[in-house]
Amino acid sequence: MTIDGNAGHGAPHWFDDDAGPVVRPYAMTRGRTTSEGQHRLDLIAVVVAEAAVDDREADHTLAPEHVDIVELCREAPQSVAELASELDLPIGVVRVLVGDLVAEELVHVTRPVPPAELPDESILRDVINGLRAL
Amino acid sequence: MAILGRSQRRKATVEPVTLKILVAGGFGVGKTTLVGTVSEIKPLRTEEALTEAGRPVDDTAGVETKSTTTVAMDFGRITLREDLVLYLFGTPGQDRFWFLWDELAQGSLGAVVLADTRRLEDCFAAVDYFERRGIPFAVGVNCFDGAARYPEDMVRQALDLDEQVPVVLCDARDRESVKAVLVTVVRHAMARATAARERATS
Repeated sequence: MTIDGNAGHGAPHWFDDDAGPVVRPYAMTRGRTTSEGQHRLDLIAVVVAEAAVDDREADHTLAPEHVDIVELCREAPQSVAELASELDLPIGVVRVLVGDLVAEELVHVTRPVPPAELPDESILRDVINGLRAL
Repeated sequence: MAILGRSQRRKATVEPVTLKILVAGGFGVGKTTLVGTVSEIKPLRTEEALTEAGRPVDDTAGVETKSTTTVAMDFGRITLREDLVLYLFGTPGQDRFWFLWDELAQGSLGAVVLADTRRLEDCFAAVDYFERRGIPFAVGVNCFDGAARYPEDMVRQALDLDEQVPVVLCDARDRESVKAVLVTVVRHAMARATAARERATS
């Protein structure tokens, strides 16, 4: 592939990863950038796999990325940011996919402390003690 | 949900309380280093080498040895307890990624503004941002090799900081130093919360 489309003239400019992903990120969400009924998931919202979902992985309505998310979360609850990083997907894509999984009741999401509420003083104290003990 | 039996857990999974602290500051000030110093995981990040296209925008004057810049966010994790996890998010260093900040800042416990005394003006924007949004922050003066050391008070004056805002000298490569900075931020957040509560009840 050459930038000017002048094939055969000089070496190709882009190889492999340089050419970008083969599948554009939002193709995985079928073009959706938000999921229904979901408020924006925070980066540190934790995604937890529901139990008894083993049989559901054969569900052909799920994309491979959906299955990846469920599998990762089954090992241990994962934050949205960690999922995005682990799967090398944009945060926005992960939000949509997690939204699908919540709708399918395959996972649930625990919300971090809402911004309007300051975390409990005891939690802050735990954080300080935890940091000191590192 | 109960009909389908999915509300029953196969095993009791601990669902941790998650908190985040932001690490802000100018380009090349050591945000990624700071996150990496205390994170239990290798900082997860998208860091791309500066390209020819990026070079005119990314001014590396004074920090010429820096050859890459963080164009997405990088973050680290500190598990304080099984049920309490702290995430550190490095904010994008360049102004053109400011749109990511609001998202990062929402719900954050507080912030560290890293400053480099050779280019103090680079952290003005971050200081301004947290002041306006009322997010508790502390300024960490990253003591670079070869940079002149200034007392905390001079930095405070130069940044025109509120007297309550903690200013600490630190070394982003040193674990104990970074821990101390984080503790400072949380203590400051706690003091602010207590003051706010007292105002609300009196």
